Order: sequence, then structure tokens, then C-alpha cells
Amino acid sequence: MSEQNTLPSWSRDEIAARVAQDIPDGAVVNLGIGLPTKVANHLPSDREVILHSENGVIGMGPAPAEGQEDYDLINAGKQPVTLLPGGCFFHHADSFGMMRGGHLDVCVLGAFQVSATGDLANWSTGAPDAIPAVGGAMDLAIGAKKTYVMTEMRTKKGEPKLVEKCSYPLTGIGCVSRIYTDVAVIDLGADGAKVIDIIDGMTFEQLQTLTEVKLQDARK
Amino acid sequence: MINKISPSVEEALAGIYDGATIMIGGFGGAGQPAELIDGLIAQGAKDLVIVNNNAGNGEVGLAALLKAGRVRKIICSFPRQADSYVFDELYHSKKIELELVPQGNLAERIRAAGAGIGAFFTPTGFGTELADGKETREINGRQYVLEYPIHADFALIKAETGDRWGNLTYRKTARNFGPIMATAAKCTIASVHNIVELGEIDPEVVVTPGLFVKRIVKVPRTATGPAGFKQD
Repeated sequence: MSEQNTLPSWSRDEIAARVAQDIPDGAVVNLGIGLPTKVANHLPSDREVILHSENGVIGMGPAPAEGQEDYDLINAGKQPVTLLPGGCFFHHADSFGMMRGGHLDVCVLGAFQVSATGDLANWSTGAPDAIPAVGGAMDLAIGAKKTYVMTEMRTKKGEPKLVEKCSYPLTGIGCVSRIYTDVAVIDLGADGAKVIDIIDGMTFEQLQTLTEVKLQDARK
Repeated sequence: MINKISPSVEEALAGIYDGATIMIGGFGGAGQPAELIDGLIAQGAKDLVIVNNNAGNGEVGLAALLKAGRVRKIICSFPRQADSYVFDELYHSKKIELELVPQGNLAERIRAAGAGIGAFFTPTGFGTELADGKETREINGRQYVLEYPIHADFALIKAETGDRWGNLTYRKTARNFGPIMATAAKCTIASVHNIVELGEIDPEVVVTPGLFVKRIVKVPRTATGPAGFKQD
């Protein structure tokens, strides 16, 4: 941590706020379990954004007040939520059809590793004694029109998370279009990794030292 | 006269045999038919193959069925949860077989079974280890994996309201796998909290048409509890 602490970084809430900025009015969005759920707290109030959860609800509202929890109304993390007026319920095949059929605009996911061409590894570290659990990760990765990843640029051990080739088991191939990290926003695709935003106080050259992937400077 | 209403859980579950493949509805605790699972434990069928999204929470419901040693294999998408220790122990001691399926493929394989589809190509999982050994095909420039339906002998699902023809409605996100599992089993058994006369469920809001359901049984309403996540 000490080495990275010498460089500026956005907090997790600041990363979430940066993602939220890029979600347009009217979008239908799935926020993955964990860090991505923070994005909901930062959506600008003048935009109407519809939240989908793969267990079968669209038009999801915030967490209920304490004592008002109804555990028949939960999100994909199995936590209690509320339903906004206009929201509705549907079964699992319809819910994943919404994803696979390309009806969601944006999906925001966490990651262990992402490659320059948008391959994603976020469901398993491949540890031999671990119990595998995939849930909707593979469906989410390939389902939305745009799949964004929110993650730190490096692991807690200082290893890069933006890599040439994922060493962890893949969730999907070429599915991530943009990665929002604690120091930069980077577009990914067939023609490589293009940096579109860097935190104030960090140079492009400093950013390049945080990943083995050759970055292109696409800032306006 | 058609009357699918069973007078008791015990009678609703009659005939479930050793070695059966049983779909059990629910996503974590929501929609998990706890009374039917308790009844299945009492009924005694063993060597079961269970299809569920998860692999049980705490020591109730599906976890209790696993703990009772009745399950040979589980087909699910997300076994590992904060409170899945019963499954975890069985898995680590190799006392249970696991077939891990991405959640949307699980749902679609169940739907396909109910809809008479022989197999289907899905983009989910392509290029991952969960597609190892499976047939793939490029269609219009996109890569797909061939997946086969999952059929079941029985489905145990939790619904909200039913009538003697077996028409069902559900409650909130407890709907999850219920409607598709109802279509994919030879014998679907639903627990409900209300039984009403024919015609009392608005035909525009029936979610599962009665022809998919063989037996329904009324159980008392108890609030669904939290499950599947780390609680403070």
C-alpha cells in the first residue's frame, strides 16, 4: 500500500460517482454485487435510471427503512430492497432474457482481472480448494449493450488488474468496454486500451507503470 | 371434477421416489418452499438430484435436506454463500456432486425443458471453463455454446395464491424460478398461502396456468427470513 499511497487515488465512492456520471437519463442498468452497488447512491437526481436485478425485478428502489424489510423483495445480493412505482417482477428466464437479449443498456461489474481487449475474470481465482460459484456473472458480462468494470488499478498486493492476458478463469471474452479504476478511466477493445481520464496529480507515464498493458493516451 | 388441492403436505409429496431429480424453487430464502422441503425430509426419499439456484442457507430448508444426506448431486449456479456451510462441508468431503451452471443458462435450460426445446445455442459461458467440452458454433459473427434442457421428475415450488385447477400467482421476487420449474417437471407440487375459488384469481394476473401444476397444498404464511449474505 505504501508505494501506492504516494500517488493520488479516487475513493470507492468517487469511482462510483465517476461511473454514475456516464449513465445517461433513461438507461436500464444492472449493478453487480459488491462495489458496483455504490453507483446507485451517486446517480444524478435529474436523471431517471431504471435498475434491474437478475433475480427478477426492474425498477428497484433503495434499501427499506429498518424494520420494513421484506425478504420476498430482495436484490441479487439477497439483500432487502424496495420497488419504485412502475417497477415489476418477472421470472428468471425472462430476467436473463432481458440481459442476453441485449435489452439492458449498462451493466457494472467488479473484477479480479481485465485484459486490454476486454476479457473479464471476476468469478473464480481458480484456487484448487475453493468452491466454485458463478451465479449470473457470465450472463451479466455478455448481456448488456455496455459492460463497465469498477475496480482498483492494482490488487492489495500491488499486482496489476489490467493485464495482457487474464491468468484467472475467464468470465467472458472481449466483453468489457470500459474500466473505471481508482486512478483512471480506460476504454478497452480490439484496438487496445485507451486512457480517457486520469486523476489530477498523476501523469500518463506514472499511470503506465501500474499496468503491463501498453496504454494509449486518448484524453481530449 | 378437477381438484389438485392436497389436504396435507404429506399427501402432496406422495410418490416421490429414491433417485428422483427434483427442482426446488427459490433464490436464497425467497421462494424456497420450506414446508415442502421439510415434508420431503420426513418422507424419506434419498439419492436425489436437486436443481436450485443455490445450495442451501443455514440449516433450514434445502440445507437441512443436504444435511440429512438425501442429495447425491446438486445442479446450481451459486453454491458458495456466507451461510452455505452445510454444502461446503459435504463438497469438501466429496459427499456431494456439483454441476455448476451460469444462472441464466440454468434458467434457460429449465425453460427449454418445459417448452420442448431439444437444445439451444447461448453466448453465455463461451470461452470459459464452464463451456469446456461443449459444442460451439459461430452464428452471424458471434460465438455460442450448445446447452441442453434440464428435465425433472418433480418440482417443489412456493407460490402465493392458487385454485383447484392449479393456477398460481407469486409474491414479489419470490417468483424467481417457480414459473419455469413448474413447466419442466413431470409432477409440479406448489405450496400456497391462499386457496381461492375458480375465477377469483384475475385471469389477467395468473402467472402459472394450472396445466403445469399437479398438486397444490396450503401452508401457513410465515415471513421469509434473511439468507445468503453476511449479516452485521
